[in-house]
Amino acid sequence: MNWITNYVRPRINSIFSRREVPENLWSKCDSCGTMLFHREISDNLNVCSECGHHMHITPRDRFLALFDGGVFSEIDVPEPLTDPLQFRDQKKYPERMKAAQKGTGEKEAMLVAAGEIGRTPVVCAAQDFSFMGGSMGMYVGNAIVKAAEEAVRLGRPLILFSAAGGARMQEGILSLMQMPRSTVAIQMLKEKNLPYIVVLTHPTTGGVTASYAMLGDIQIAEPNALICFAGPRVIEQTIREKLPEGFQRAEYLLDHGMLDRVTDRRKLREELIVICRQLMKMPPPTWGDLPAPGPDEAKMPQTKPAK
Amino acid sequence: MTHYLDFEKPLAEIEGKAEELRALARDNEGMDVASEAAALDAKAQAMLKDLYGKLTPWRKCQVARHPERPHCKDYIEALFTEYMPLAGDRNFADDHAVMGGTARFNDMPVVVIGHEKGNDTQSRLDRNFGMARPEGYRKAVRLMEMADKFGLPVITLIDTPGAYPGKGAEERGQSEAIARSTEKCLQIGVPLVSVVIGEGGSGGAVAFATANRVAMLEHSVYSVISPEGCASILWKDSDKMREAAEALRLTAQDLIKLGVADRVIPEPLGGAHRDRAVVIANVGKAIAGMLEEMDGHKAKDLIRARRQKFLSMGSKGLAA
Repeated sequence: MNWITNYVRPRINSIFSRREVPENLWSKCDSCGTMLFHREISDNLNVCSECGHHMHITPRDRFLALFDGGVFSEIDVPEPLTDPLQFRDQKKYPERMKAAQKGTGEKEAMLVAAGEIGRTPVVCAAQDFSFMGGSMGMYVGNAIVKAAEEAVRLGRPLILFSAAGGARMQEGILSLMQMPRSTVAIQMLKEKNLPYIVVLTHPTTGGVTASYAMLGDIQIAEPNALICFAGPRVIEQTIREKLPEGFQRAEYLLDHGMLDRVTDRRKLREELIVICRQLMKMPPPTWGDLPAPGPDEAKMPQTKPAK
Repeated sequence: MTHYLDFEKPLAEIEGKAEELRALARDNEGMDVASEAAALDAKAQAMLKDLYGKLTPWRKCQVARHPERPHCKDYIEALFTEYMPLAGDRNFADDHAVMGGTARFNDMPVVVIGHEKGNDTQSRLDRNFGMARPEGYRKAVRLMEMADKFGLPVITLIDTPGAYPGKGAEERGQSEAIARSTEKCLQIGVPLVSVVIGEGGSGGAVAFATANRVAMLEHSVYSVISPEGCASILWKDSDKMREAAEALRLTAQDLIKLGVADRVIPEPLGGAHRDRAVVIANVGKAIAGMLEEMDGHKAKDLIRARRQKFLSMGSKGLAA
C-alpha cells in the first residue's frame, strides 16, 4: 500500500497533470507583457524567459520540480476546528473556504511533504498564496508544527517557502496566536540543531513575516518578492510620502541586511541542496540527472497515516 | 473635563447638569440643590450601569482607547517601587513607545516592560502613540535576556494600536524584531506575566504577550487587526468597524472562552478612567496572583508550560 501511495501514485499523477491541456495555451508575462507558451512557462518554473519575472507557482508544482524525480510524500496535517469564531463578514467563512478549495484544488493554504532533493532527505512546507492569500490560520499553524515534528522525528532539515498576505482575519485572535505557536515549532528544530531554511516568495507580509518567516538559519528570497510587515499602501497613508523604488522588495531587504541571499527560482534547488548538505555535514552532492529514488528510498519519507 | 465617548452623550448631559447645579449652588449661598443633584447623580449612575453592562465589542474598543485611560506609566508609577528606566537597543536608538526597566513589585526585584501611549499631545508624539518601532522590540529582548540571566520575573503591560507602519521601521526589520521578541518570550526561564491594559494590537502585542499568564482588563481588547482595518479589507468599507469588531471576537470575555486570556480584571463602573486608583489596585492584585501561581517553578518547567500553552492554542472554539 505504501509503495503504491508513495511512489506509484505521485508518478502517475505527475504524468497526468502534465498532460492536462490548459485553457489558454499562451499567457502574458505580468511584468514585460511577452506572450509565453504554457509549456515554456512551466518548464521554466513559472519564470518569464524574457525578463526573469517570477510568477506565482503552486506548492504542488514547486514540489514536483524540487524533489528528485518529482517524487514526494505528502504529510497529513491535523485538521483544526472549522470556523472557530463563527466568523461572518459579507460571506460566511466556510463559504469562502469552499470557494478557495474549489479554486485551488487544495485543502488549505499550506502543503507539507517529505522527500529527497539531490539525494538529501528533507521536509518541505510551502504556503499557497492562491488559497485565501496564503493566510495563516490554525491549519497553517498545524502544518508548521507538523512539519517541524516530522523534521525532528526524521532528523532532517526543514525548508519552508513562505507566501502570505498575513494572518487569516476570519480566525481572529486564533490566527494571531499562530505567531507564537509557529515560533515554538521552529524552536523544536533549533534545539535539535536541525537547519531551518526559509525561502521568502512573493508576497510575504504581516504576521507571517513577523514570525516563522523571519526566524530561519538561512533566509533566502526570490527576486523582487515583496517582503514586509506593513504593506506599502499602509505606510504611504501613514507617512504621506511616496516610497522609494523597490522599497520592501527582496533586493532592498538584502541591501538592508535582512536576508542572506536573493536567488533565482531556477537556481534555488541547487542552492538548497548545497546548503542542506553543508549544514548536515554530508558529502558534496552528485550533480546531474539523477533517477528518481527507487521504491526503497521512496519508502523512507513515509509517514504514519493520519488518525 | 471628562472626555465622553460618542455613546456616552446622554450621560454627558446628565452629568453636565449636575455639575451646573453644583456650580450654581456654590455661587448662590443658601440655595439648596443637594437633593436635585443627588437625583441626577443617581440617574447618571443608573445610566452608566446600563451602558457599561452591555458594551458592544466596538464600544469596548472605544473604551480601551479612551484618552484618559490609565496607561503603562501610571501603572508602573503606582504599582512598582525603585523603577529604574533602562533605555536603548544597543544598536540604533531608544524607542519611547516602549518603557522598560528594573523595579520592585511588592519588594521583589522584577523587570517591567510595556507600551506607553502618552497622555497629551506632546507626550503622545514622543511616545509615537504607543506604536513601537524595531528598536522597542529589541530593547524588550535585551531586557528579557537580562531578566533571564538574573532570575527576575518579567511583567509586561500591553497597550498598543500595533507596530508602527513607517519607512524606517520596515527598513530596520520590523518583522524580524517582532519575531525575535516573541521568540525571546518563549525562551526565558523566569515567570512571564502580561496584562492587556488597553489595546492589544496584533503583532506588536504578541511580541510582549507570549506569556505564562495573560490577564485582560474588563474593557480591553486584543485582536489580530483593528476593527477599522478588518472592515476596510473584508467589507471594503472602514465604516463597518462595528460589524468587524463583532466578528473578530476581540473582547476579554470572548478571549477567556478561547483560552487566549487567563483572567479578566474588573474595571470600575464606567471604565478604568473613572477610578484610576481602583483599577490600578485591581491590576496589582492580578499580577501578584499570577506570579504566585508560578512561585517555585523551575526554569525549564516555566519554558515548557509556556510553550505547551501556545502549542495547544486554538483547540478551543466558541461554543455555538
